[in-house]
Amino acid sequence: MTLDPAIRDQVLATVPSLRAFAISLCGNIDRADDLVQETLLRALAHIDSFQPGTNMPAWLFTILRNLFRSEYRKRRREVEDADGRYAETLKSHPEQTGRVEFNEFRAALAKLPSDQREALILVGASGFSYEDAASICGCAVGTIKSRVNRARTRLADLLAIDSLDDFGPDRTTRAVLAGGGRN
Amino acid sequence: MGKPITQRKSEVRLGREVQARIGQQLRAMYDEVVNQGVPQHIADLVRRLSDQDDGVA
Repeated sequence: MTLDPAIRDQVLATVPSLRAFAISLCGNIDRADDLVQETLLRALAHIDSFQPGTNMPAWLFTILRNLFRSEYRKRRREVEDADGRYAETLKSHPEQTGRVEFNEFRAALAKLPSDQREALILVGASGFSYEDAASICGCAVGTIKSRVNRARTRLADLLAIDSLDDFGPDRTTRAVLAGGGRN
Repeated sequence: MGKPITQRKSEVRLGREVQARIGQQLRAMYDEVVNQGVPQHIADLVRRLSDQDDGVA
């Protein structure tokens, strides 16, 4: 196969966003890059099934997501450490300000159910329409909307509770308010 | 039991602030990776695959 340079450039232009999405799924840069590579191998081997003029990012995201679901979820136990690995990758960027807040955000994001996190990232970060996100996830538009809403509400709850640390009730009071028994 | 009312108000206010920042943080997290561009090994892979005649398994 000799690929049309215009199509190749569309593929390359999607790679940065595809990696960001892959990292959000895998929680690990090395594994995400493997997933991106597998996606590109698969995509370019089946480039004939891509219709020029249609949405290249949505096409590639769909392939990546399907690969992740079919292969990577088998290694679920390893992926559960995604939170810790995020923290590990963050150490390479000590210069960035707001790191603590940023880490809290990632930790909160990691607590969301994967379908909600995925929907929120596709719509809120990748910039897909609800329709494209639904097509990528193979579900109804209403389902995506509902997942995004639940993700936002849950994140707001998690982050609001965390920020009470600064000026709110102490830890014990907070645990009681949150209905938790731990101290 | 005066506390819960104050508590609720501050939660509502925080909720809005936090909500406004969710999108911002989400994009910041995402863009941190996007701004890394295309890693060389991936660019090489795409170019190699684009030029070869046989398909890929």
